[in-house]
Amino acid sequence: GMDSGFGSDFGTGGGGGGKLDPGLIMEQVKVQIAVANAQELLQRMTDKCFRKCIGKPGGALDNSEQKCIAMCMDRYMDSWNTVSRAYNSRLQRERANM
Amino acid sequence: RSRRGGTGRDRGDTGSAMDPPSAAGLGGADPQLQRFIEVETQKQRFQQLVHQMTELCWEKCMDKPGPKLDSRAETCFVNCVERFIDTSQFILNRLEQTQKSKSAFSESLSD
Repeated sequence: GMDSGFGSDFGTGGGGGGKLDPGLIMEQVKVQIAVANAQELLQRMTDKCFRKCIGKPGGALDNSEQKCIAMCMDRYMDSWNTVSRAYNSRLQRERANM
Repeated sequence: RSRRGGTGRDRGDTGSAMDPPSAAGLGGADPQLQRFIEVETQKQRFQQLVHQMTELCWEKCMDKPGPKLDSRAETCFVNCVERFIDTSQFILNRLEQTQKSKSAFSESLSD
């Protein structure tokens, strides 16, 4: 467990005499979160683009299927960004109305 | 699969910043770590909702993926987000009302 000896200096590079550096932990957590989000995105994108682009599964991905998947990926990212912006705007509006 | 963080004091699935989740007990005695957890938890709820809405709205708004996101699809996505949040708030408000009027929940379901 963590003791109370951290004080309030972060990111000092771990010179704290063997104690855990909270700054480092926070950075590592942020990385983990980013990785998890990327995985989530990829998983859903794969699902959606498979549904849109692959009809009856053949022996390999043909050219049109590959083109479709590539376009689908870009459109999925566009959609994700649009949704993110729209949601953020809505949250700002809600906060402004409070 | 659970899509929500927080500890239950938040307003349902709007994932809004209105009620920050309680980080009491997490992060121990360190207030900066506690704050970090609060902030990251909130960011994650936002992200999760974006994932969820993108998935839902894709079904409603995207026909065949083209070379760009046309303006009609873009408008659809924006409307979709707004209506999703409206739906979420509507459900919460109505639930609150039906609880207040003390009618049984199952009664109000048959409305």
